[in-house]
Amino acid sequence: MFDTLSDRLDKVFTSLRGKGKLSEADIDATAREIRVALLEADVALPVVKAFIAAVKERARGAEVSGALNPAQQVIKIVNEELIAILGGETRLIRYAKNPPTVIMLAGLQGAGKTTLAGKLAKWLKAQGHAPLLVACDLQRPNAVQQLQVVGGQAGVDVFAPYPGSGVGDPVDAAKKAIEHATRMQHDVVVVDTAGRLGIDAEMMAQAAAIRDAVRPDETLFVVDAMIGQDAVTTAQAFQDGVGFSGVVLTKLDGDARGGAALSVRHITGQPILFASTGEKLGDFDVFHPERMASRILGMGDVMTLIEQAEKHFDADQAEKMAGKLMGGEDFDLEDFLEQMMQVKKMGSITSLLGMLPGMGQMKEALAQVDDKDLDRIAAIIRSMTPQERRTPKVLNGSRRLRIAKGSGVTVTEVNNLVDRFYEAQKMMKQMGGMPGMPPGMGRKAKRAQQGKKTKKGKGPGRAGGGPRPGTVPGQLPAGMPQLPKGFPQLPGGQNPLGIPQKPDPFGLNRPRG
Amino acid sequence: MELLVFVVLVLVVTVVTTVALVASRGRAGRALPPVPPSAPRPVETTPTATDAALPADAPILPATTESVQTAPPVAAPAALDVPEPTAGRIGRLRARLARSQSTLGRGLFTLLSRDVLDEDTWEEVEDTLLQADMGVRATSELVERLRTRVRVEGTRSPGELRTLLREELVTAIGADTDRSLKTLPHPDGRPSVILVVGVNGTGKTTTCGKLARVLVADGRSVVLGAADTFRAAAADQLQTWGERVGAETVRGPEAGDPASVAFEAVKRGIEAKVDTVLIDTAGRLHTKTGLMDELGKVKRVVEKHGPVDETLLVLDATTGQNGVVQARVFTEAVDVTGIVLTKLDGTAKGGIVISVQRELGIPVKLIGLGEGPDDLAPFEPEAFADALLGDEAAL
Repeated sequence: MFDTLSDRLDKVFTSLRGKGKLSEADIDATAREIRVALLEADVALPVVKAFIAAVKERARGAEVSGALNPAQQVIKIVNEELIAILGGETRLIRYAKNPPTVIMLAGLQGAGKTTLAGKLAKWLKAQGHAPLLVACDLQRPNAVQQLQVVGGQAGVDVFAPYPGSGVGDPVDAAKKAIEHATRMQHDVVVVDTAGRLGIDAEMMAQAAAIRDAVRPDETLFVVDAMIGQDAVTTAQAFQDGVGFSGVVLTKLDGDARGGAALSVRHITGQPILFASTGEKLGDFDVFHPERMASRILGMGDVMTLIEQAEKHFDADQAEKMAGKLMGGEDFDLEDFLEQMMQVKKMGSITSLLGMLPGMGQMKEALAQVDDKDLDRIAAIIRSMTPQERRTPKVLNGSRRLRIAKGSGVTVTEVNNLVDRFYEAQKMMKQMGGMPGMPPGMGRKAKRAQQGKKTKKGKGPGRAGGGPRPGTVPGQLPAGMPQLPKGFPQLPGGQNPLGIPQKPDPFGLNRPRG
Repeated sequence: MELLVFVVLVLVVTVVTTVALVASRGRAGRALPPVPPSAPRPVETTPTATDAALPADAPILPATTESVQTAPPVAAPAALDVPEPTAGRIGRLRARLARSQSTLGRGLFTLLSRDVLDEDTWEEVEDTLLQADMGVRATSELVERLRTRVRVEGTRSPGELRTLLREELVTAIGADTDRSLKTLPHPDGRPSVILVVGVNGTGKTTTCGKLARVLVADGRSVVLGAADTFRAAAADQLQTWGERVGAETVRGPEAGDPASVAFEAVKRGIEAKVDTVLIDTAGRLHTKTGLMDELGKVKRVVEKHGPVDETLLVLDATTGQNGVVQARVFTEAVDVTGIVLTKLDGTAKGGIVISVQRELGIPVKLIGLGEGPDDLAPFEPEAFADALLGDEAAL
């Protein structure tokens, strides 16, 4: 597990706490930590160096803010700088004045070009275009067939004059494709090319020949989010060899931090147009710079988490659940089991927690959590009768023994679960039914609270500048006006709501003073 | 919109509760993945080339592979390709790297031309390693060890430093690790089973095809199992590889159950009394729990015939720090016994395998050097270390 940048900076600044001003020494102390954080996110070294120089420059001239402590201020600068680089002039595909618009895909082997061709075709079709896929990857065995299948799934035509697997001339195929598209009235042509290495002069020449033959309106460089330091060399080679006008980042559904996005953008200056986030043809989206920035910094990716939750959570159930919590009803083991199963659907618990900001302090606890523990808890709960699940109070010694036997654990483990559940239940009650939260909450409650707060703070900020305001809570829901009352517990001056306009999402993670 | 807030709220509450429930048990750290079995059958698939002793610029193999790029027409299916022998393949790695003339090599070359060890020199050493994707932690550890050694041994010149660095790198990669591949049939006639896994687009199918060729070249019989039922035309791709060398490919319906295809492949292998069964699986991101479970199932089902002899994780040399996470998750799911580092023919260095070896103890067994059908070679720590540092010393 990587430490997030905020954890690292926290460590650096512990000795400096309370000063509240950004000095030269502070900046230098942070530079190294930022460097490590970026390198761990696979941002290429030359880019890291240039980036840090820029951040230092800005930090030096920065207005000292009374509202943020040094760590927060540095992170804010880094984050803003990242978003500025990643997001500067985002744009969509430029269509040609006279159709067909030609889009050419290029990239390393295995970056995901053929799959992307299908996704792009489907997306274009949904936008009302009539795309044509062209198979110019005649190198890899059966790449042509793959494109045909993908095209079939997307419901678009595929033009494949050559059988592939080493047979045929890709340049000629590309040429014929344009004629074919004009004849068949396709207004967008997507040319899928073979994967090639930047140093392979012969293949680069071939790509350039294809480019000259079709004169693409957009050449998209397809790059894997998992790529490491090599991103710079490769991007440069493709820029010199073929020249591209946009970048597509693939495999963002993995947990790679995707520093390549920054490297490629920084080195070539070309914008990142799309992000591909899954194996299905629909898993394709325009690129969100601010999400990427958080991701590179390891700050947690709440938006993605919310989207995942949306995808996997049963809306009715969630509402019922939330209602229960709000109404201060008892949260019973049955509910807990249900929620746990839903959470499990979304992926491993560690990766989920990784997406939550402010979980840094829990890293150690996290290291011990494992999905098998979830299974064990589920087994214990499933060994209970419905009555026991609803009212765990009835669990006496013999019942516990039976449950332990039924789920193959020791009685101690059952006891532990029940005890901890009571604690959790108490905490839920406080959170749910809170008319002003009692101050004497346990540590765990605070953590939960923290997670929530972050989301609250983020919401309004994102809604203002984010690309998809519709998915973001624009204001606090009416059902929970009490929540902000919890905030006075925070040390003064760190109140996230006190930051005007663009609340720093990361400043919120830090209620410990 | 409010619903969304609720959903997240509930989610957070659940996650936190769960962690609270689970974490406090204070369990000891889980055991690390086991190191490959201690007593391997006396088999070396890949007769290791003795080229460590070869001069790097020795005329290496005829450049058959170069012509691949111009896509020669495939021979008629009847005439099977006869793969080149596996010996001496790694020599080509150097030839290719010389071609790419990496910036790293040049960086260290300037380093060599100075006479004293100053802070800049150290920084360059560090940069070199970082740019090879070794990762911050592994790099700083290695540099720290080097600094100590330099202090103890009183090394003065950067030239000596380079030698030390190379030694340290070889140690980090693990010079004496067992890298043999168990591909001989078991004494009871059951074929050896090799499972190939990895994330999308690292070259699993290609590796399977190349490995089949290597085995056939060494006079083995092979059955290929196309358990990638997900990606369009993956089975066709594998079959094409199989047909070229005359190996049978067992395949199932598209979107069928990969475990059943794998099971059938091994069954077919047993019936046909072949030496090795190679199972290609679909690429899957390690973050997809469902797919990782599916992979676990494939392995469990195959093991109904007897244990899987090798589980090879295919790792792309361009992969950055995520490689360690991948290796860890795959090891948890299917107990990876070796790594195949592919696409080493580009400018990427694949330094991530050092982190993998360091944290998980999984050795690299094979390397992929390009798209040519015979571009697969056994891994050699010394040659790899040289490649990481640029080729100057070897020249």
